[in-house]
Amino acid sequence: MTRFLRCGREAVLAEVDDLDAALALYAALRAAALPGVTDLVPAARTVLIRFDPAVTSPAMVREAAAALEPDGHGQAYAGSVEIPVVYDGPDLAEVAEHLRVTPDEVVARHTGTPWTVAFAGFAPGFGYLTGGHPSFDVPRRTTPRTRIPAGSVGLAGRFSGVYPSDSPGGWQLIGSTTERMWDLDRPEPALLLPGVRVTFKAVRR
Amino acid sequence: MTMTVLRTGPLAVFKDAGRPGHAHQGVAPSGAVDRAAYARANVLAGNPPGAAVLECTLGGLRVRFDEAAVAVLTGTDAVLTVDGERTGVEEVVEVPAGATVSVTMPRRGLRSYLAVRGGFAVPPVLGSRSTDQLGMGPARPAPGDVLRIGPVSGKPGDAPALAPAVDGPLEVDLGPRDDWFTAEAIETFLRAEYTVTPASNSVGLRLDGPPLTRARTTELPSEGVVRGSVQVPPDGLPIVFQADHPVTGGYPVIAVLTPESADRAAQLRPGATVRFTLAPH
Repeated sequence: MTRFLRCGREAVLAEVDDLDAALALYAALRAAALPGVTDLVPAARTVLIRFDPAVTSPAMVREAAAALEPDGHGQAYAGSVEIPVVYDGPDLAEVAEHLRVTPDEVVARHTGTPWTVAFAGFAPGFGYLTGGHPSFDVPRRTTPRTRIPAGSVGLAGRFSGVYPSDSPGGWQLIGSTTERMWDLDRPEPALLLPGVRVTFKAVRR
Repeated sequence: MTMTVLRTGPLAVFKDAGRPGHAHQGVAPSGAVDRAAYARANVLAGNPPGAAVLECTLGGLRVRFDEAAVAVLTGTDAVLTVDGERTGVEEVVEVPAGATVSVTMPRRGLRSYLAVRGGFAVPPVLGSRSTDQLGMGPARPAPGDVLRIGPVSGKPGDAPALAPAVDGPLEVDLGPRDDWFTAEAIETFLRAEYTVTPASNSVGLRLDGPPLTRARTTELPSEGVVRGSVQVPPDGLPIVFQADHPVTGGYPVIAVLTPESADRAAQLRPGATVRFTLAPH
């Protein structure tokens, strides 16, 4: 069931029960291309619908969005990518210790279960990946690093992610990839768009 | 035609109508912080809506034109000087070739918008020439930069008469997360006086004043935010998101400013005091 929350004069916040429902609603809204809607912001349990108030209104957007019938859970398939990773990150040993397994087992778990891009945020091209091995729930580093190189593959909470550009950050780094997460020469610069399935593959340096 | 930057003042950035439509890739809309002043500048200069202008914080910009140009400054009571001669507030100025044009320090307001007929022709990034303070779009102009002005495509328009400056409280609609706060907190939010702190910028206005107490202390999963969202972090001190806000926020948003009030908020300087009130429907 979608609940619509007031969010000023130029947006409506649609809240659903979980991430799958949010992804399904996002996919339905994207396909519907409602008149006047300028931007969609999918997140963990919500989709923010931003619109042009000269074209439509909160009431019209709520009504149109409520009439959509999002596909069932897990149906919001948006393509898949395989990301080659060298698993030599500075926090691999610490993550292994936290999970009480060997570093090789961390790699096996990270590559063994496909992930899904839940939503983007933090930086252009940064996709929050969910749905990996259920044992992953690792704390952020107590002191964030001031500079993490682009391509670093990390874990935080139940999420995994790949840093698209050099930036500060507090995620536990387990490896790195040469695959570009953000490329302005692509029609959609972000590789990891909401709904995309992601499989990591261990490669040698 | 080109315009050479001689001095930038505290902060001068390119701004336009922003880059909506990319939030799903983690890219925020950005755009001019005071949208109304930005739109007026283009109307007065005879530019199509969406043309790029320079957003000047607290004046100080000085430039030189190689050819005759038409320029206008909006947003504050700062004015343009042409070879040292003051012009009027929001006056459309015919600048002779080779003249030096400066932006004076505003006595009222914070962000002025310099439009030149033809618009600034910096290459767009994802369809927009706005520099997002969080890292997207054209580089900030620096002294010595030679900026190309685009071809003239429009005619100067008549902007509506300058609305009198409004000093009243900023108008808000409660939500989306007003139910995360106690009734006392909402009452405080709508009554108390807050002060704009020096940590404020085009990402957000950081306010100091009575902290707002939450009714729920669980963690809110991050969710999309808009320009004008009043987000309340655990210290209880509100932050008003401005044009360069991040795509999502991790703290509950108690209320959202009306677009008109978000424009007024764009002109508040550190040290200014501000109140919030419910917007009429």
